[in-house]
Amino acid sequence: MSIKDHIKKVKEISSGIKRPVKLMEVCGTHTVSAFRSGLRSILPENLLLLSGPGCPVCVTPNDYLDMAIAIAKQPDTRVATFGDMIRVPGTESSLEYARAQGADIQVVYSPLEALKYAQSNPGRKVVFLGVGFETTTPAIAWTIKNAFEKSTANYYVLSAHKIVPPAMAALLQGEIKVDGFICPGHVSVIIGARPYDFISRDYHIPCVVTGFEPSDMVVGIEMLLQQIADERAEVEIQYSRSVKREGNPEAQAIIREVFEECDTEWRGIGVIPQSGLAIREKFAAHDAALLYPALELPAPAENPGCICGEILKGIKLPYDCKLFNTVCSPSSPVGACMVSGEGTCAAYFKYAKRS
Amino acid sequence: MKNEIITMAHGGGGIKTQGLIKDIMIRHLKNPILEKLDDGACINIPEAELVFSTDSYVVSPIFFPGGNIGRLAACGTINDIAMQGAEPKYLSMGLILEEGLALHDLETVIRSMGEVLNETGVLVVTGDTKVVERGKGSAIFINTTGIGIRNPEIDVHVSNARPGDVIILTGTMGDHGIAIMSQREGLKFESDLESDVAPLWGMVSKLLHEVPTVHCLRDPTRGGVAAALCDIAETSGSGIRIQEPTLPVNKEVRGACNLLGLDPLNVANEGKSLIISSEADSAQVLKTIKSHKLGKKAAIIGKVVYEHPGMVILETKIGGERIVEMPSGEDLPRIC
Repeated sequence: MSIKDHIKKVKEISSGIKRPVKLMEVCGTHTVSAFRSGLRSILPENLLLLSGPGCPVCVTPNDYLDMAIAIAKQPDTRVATFGDMIRVPGTESSLEYARAQGADIQVVYSPLEALKYAQSNPGRKVVFLGVGFETTTPAIAWTIKNAFEKSTANYYVLSAHKIVPPAMAALLQGEIKVDGFICPGHVSVIIGARPYDFISRDYHIPCVVTGFEPSDMVVGIEMLLQQIADERAEVEIQYSRSVKREGNPEAQAIIREVFEECDTEWRGIGVIPQSGLAIREKFAAHDAALLYPALELPAPAENPGCICGEILKGIKLPYDCKLFNTVCSPSSPVGACMVSGEGTCAAYFKYAKRS
Repeated sequence: MKNEIITMAHGGGGIKTQGLIKDIMIRHLKNPILEKLDDGACINIPEAELVFSTDSYVVSPIFFPGGNIGRLAACGTINDIAMQGAEPKYLSMGLILEEGLALHDLETVIRSMGEVLNETGVLVVTGDTKVVERGKGSAIFINTTGIGIRNPEIDVHVSNARPGDVIILTGTMGDHGIAIMSQREGLKFESDLESDVAPLWGMVSKLLHEVPTVHCLRDPTRGGVAAALCDIAETSGSGIRIQEPTLPVNKEVRGACNLLGLDPLNVANEGKSLIISSEADSAQVLKTIKSHKLGKKAAIIGKVVYEHPGMVILETKIGGERIVEMPSGEDLPRIC
């Protein structure tokens, strides 16, 4: 079947359901793919895609950024980070601004680059900003383990790692009403499909683990609609070329070896129990949070007009926010959802700004 | 000269500066006006409409697949002049060198500039060299300012785009930006991709000769095709619709963009032009461009329309559509 045939099928099933259907894409990459491919513009009117809390940059709290900036200003210290963290505003500054003021901040594509730099520059402390969901965690865990085993004493990670299923559980315990979840493809390569079982079992909401190509998304949506039409609620895998039900056991093992679950704050949402990953005591010598215990950080302050929390929970849309496209834009972001290219507000601003 | 490096003395105006000028600058940029070594160049231009343009080049790293900062500094200003429909004639060259730069690296850069000048007939007629302390610069910064002569019958302006016009892109998008990114510290990846950096006047000259009535030329450099089209839509007050399946993109660029979370529409080019012409002229434009070595992969990518003035809309492969927004800054690789 061609993608156009699948789109036709989506429209057919959707019209048979005869009520509004809300599907949540949990991952920011899905949000961007749906906009960038124009998928949203051809979906049936009774089908609404909601964006969930799945952009790791967006949900990283201000005080983490403040700490990263303060660390970057320490002598003989380099902060290495994924590119999309660089413009995220903390309370008073951003990494980009701190770099302009002379802090040593390096954008890297992989934590291995940061580890290599640490190995060849033993006189400098190298702090990698460990931000991301299960997709990026295994590689970062590996660098910590490697630094530990090879005594690379100057390599540290400031962990703000988060795990996706507890956030979905927290959403379901709130006021959100969704008819199905488009579950993240890359995260599920690592964790598999089983961690979503509670959603179909306890909440009777269908889930489909979906890839990121527009054609994957169309098929994933079709599978969800079919479950809804059949009144089934199961965890299915559309992205079967990469995802197995049990995930990747080796990647899971290295995450468990290096990290332990902890309560953590999601910017805009609040603290979600057991949804974060902290570095285990065994590897404490590489934990940047312990390296600088007495940093002076500004008192956190969020703009009271910002409704990112409700947007991240799928309760409101960016258009409902007074700040959207007025004082808040990608070049001067106010809230969590605007700070990264994969944030909900940034995607709406870029691809679907109402004139 | 092996292993020699730039020191503060090379910028001091004395013997070392003179040596640099003779051994490197004159050697590779040789022409009678420059060789006079006066404080300024005297050039004789018959009564004509002049186009005057300046640009500074700070690319890092200074050497990248397909070129270097010297080739870029020559091509960039030549192309800015060509995009006004003018023949580039003269360049000035201001160099800011960082102490410690290897002399042979400087020579490679200046030699590359010389090659572009030989290819295009453009002359560097005046220049300046300064040296800054180590850490105060980044190997080499170059400013080039250029003068071109425009045939008064040619009228190419961004504001000339009008509904019904056809938009042609002269080749693949994003080659330069991805080639640079593949070399950046911390982001390096293996790739056969080369920057497209090239002087466009040869192709543009041929086009203006064959189709003097083209409406608008624009090189999609920083911000890529997206920024250039947004600019054209806004300045001309017309809408623009482009079709995703028609956009030429190299396989390597598409792969790297997928990996890094970038949109090829936003990635820089240094050897491409957008051409806007009437529908009646468009077949001839495409034929002319395709017959030039830099335009083999040229394609019609869209149209100027009455609807949604000031806005660029992309019709996507799967039959949907979306807004193409002016990029808000340098695109950065994402986390996952």
